[in-house]
Amino acid sequence: MVLFAGRRVLQALPLLLGVTFVAFLMINAVPGGPLSAYENNPGITPQDIQRLQHTLGLDQPIWIRYLQWLRHFLTGDWGYSYAAHRPVLTMIGERIGNTLLLMGTVYVITLLIAIPIGLFTAVRQYSRADYGVTFLAFAGLSMPTFWLGLLLIIVFGLGLGIFPLGGMSTPGASFDLFDRLHHLVLPVATLSLVGVAHYTRYLRASTLEVLTQDYIRTARAKGLAEEVVLLRHAFRNAALPLVTVAALDLPELFAGALVTEQIFGWPGMGRLFWDSATRSDYPVLMGIVTVSATMIIAANLLADLVHAWLDPRVRPH
Amino acid sequence: MSAPTDVAAGLPAALPPPDAQEWEVGASDSLWRLTLRRFLAHRLAVISLLVLALIVLAVLAGPLLSPYDPNKPELDDIFLGPSPAHPFGTDSVGRDLLTRVLYGGRISLLVGTLAVTVAIGLGVLVGAVSGFLGGVVDVVLMRFVDVMLSFPRLFLLILASVFLRDTLPSVLIIILVLGTLSWMGVARLVRGSFLSLREREFIEAAKAAGTRNRHLVLRHLLPNAMAPIIVAATLGVATAIISESTLSFLGLGIQPPTPSWGNMLKDAETDMMDAPWVAVFPGLAIFLVVVAINFVGDGLRDALDPRHVQRRRE
Repeated sequence: MVLFAGRRVLQALPLLLGVTFVAFLMINAVPGGPLSAYENNPGITPQDIQRLQHTLGLDQPIWIRYLQWLRHFLTGDWGYSYAAHRPVLTMIGERIGNTLLLMGTVYVITLLIAIPIGLFTAVRQYSRADYGVTFLAFAGLSMPTFWLGLLLIIVFGLGLGIFPLGGMSTPGASFDLFDRLHHLVLPVATLSLVGVAHYTRYLRASTLEVLTQDYIRTARAKGLAEEVVLLRHAFRNAALPLVTVAALDLPELFAGALVTEQIFGWPGMGRLFWDSATRSDYPVLMGIVTVSATMIIAANLLADLVHAWLDPRVRPH
Repeated sequence: MSAPTDVAAGLPAALPPPDAQEWEVGASDSLWRLTLRRFLAHRLAVISLLVLALIVLAVLAGPLLSPYDPNKPELDDIFLGPSPAHPFGTDSVGRDLLTRVLYGGRISLLVGTLAVTVAIGLGVLVGAVSGFLGGVVDVVLMRFVDVMLSFPRLFLLILASVFLRDTLPSVLIIILVLGTLSWMGVARLVRGSFLSLREREFIEAAKAAGTRNRHLVLRHLLPNAMAPIIVAATLGVATAIISESTLSFLGLGIQPPTPSWGNMLKDAETDMMDAPWVAVFPGLAIFLVVVAINFVGDGLRDALDPRHVQRRRE
């Protein structure tokens, strides 16, 4: 297991380097180059820009510049925002917690809803309920996140008035757990639907597969109650791949979170990304792209390790 | 954004065709007729195809169906609710929403199909080169695919759109951006098919007969790898339409006054207090088209890859 983990970590490292390299290339692909922000500044002459290029090492070969950038990046120097003139790392640090709160809640809610439905539809395969859920799952997967968000705001925010229209807390009020949860409901509902549809279908398929296995027949032959067979023997095995599915879903969740944060005014990393995009604030954009990609790679690594830990069959000998 | 990133992994398996057991194969059945029959057995896919055909017809016939100008403000008709004269109501400057949904549909469907054409072209190219040549080229290309898939795609789409802003017409930018950032799944798919096809006897035979590489790829490998590509392309159109509308909704995609389903919903964000219908109909159009395409894609998967169905029916 230790060997497997070590090897898996070593495989993830080049991927991480690749991600940072592509991110670095993108910074340099900024129209007009990284110093383009200064070009329209009347206080800065072309000579100044040339001097800046030299002091910043922009006249050196690309791979040297990449290594320098990487060193700065690893020591926490992610540059300064063009718009806010503050360190990028600090700005992301302020927002990332809110995004993780949103995404974490979404994962929990998604699993709580999808697991029972997935199991139920597998047990009642081809029943009317199964067809109904399948149809709804297709509808859920086809729903544009931003439209769902708008509809929820119209119905539950504007129409019924039972949930706030946006933000993370009631303005002016001091922190209150109930208030926070109240503000979480609609954004979490918006983001969870796709996941529920996806995981329900996945769990249904994997449960159906597990139910054909010999050990299920053995469990039934022993005379175990069907609930025990289903929950103790079938579910435990069928749910294992969900660990991997959850990790593979993370890029989608980041994207969904960006849209959701935008609609609900949730002050997270996605909203910061969008605000920076409208201002062409490239250092912040690059910082967020790199952070999210790193988290995605880390999540996939973690999922592989957890999966291997739970299921010895996937560990190579 | 709600659709899966990876066009190939796409949607999970859907309903099995109700009368799938009846696929007894007659000796005279051609492959094409067999495929068609399997597709027709997927009832939802057939209905969806009809719905799609109707929508495409309506969108093309837009000017014949509607007496209104999609872009001309009518300041006497602001925020009229749905009525016989304006079935979808009117927006904040009095434009008829049904007309705008029809014209917007042209843009959304055009962008969706063209973006997927670009993505499939790139994906097939990269996948074919990778799978056929193997070795270092394969390793490099596939690691690059891994890297690209490690970024949330929407972030890259936004970044690229910001880079290219104002350089080209917005319709062209979004087709390019969507196309060049959506090929990775197809590349993996084609590479996988090529790797397994390469070991098959008929390829061995073609090689032994001295077939040239170009011929081998275009006449032997690619046609046999087509089925999953067609499915991926179909599902990819759904994803592309959602991506386009998301970008346009955020304000980066199709620029007003040209209507697209996404940028109409951008207006809705400010107007929905006064006129909720502004938010309902363009979204409904996206939703309907995407559901229909997803069902058609599922039907195609059943029809083109019978093993997939059999596996599921165990």
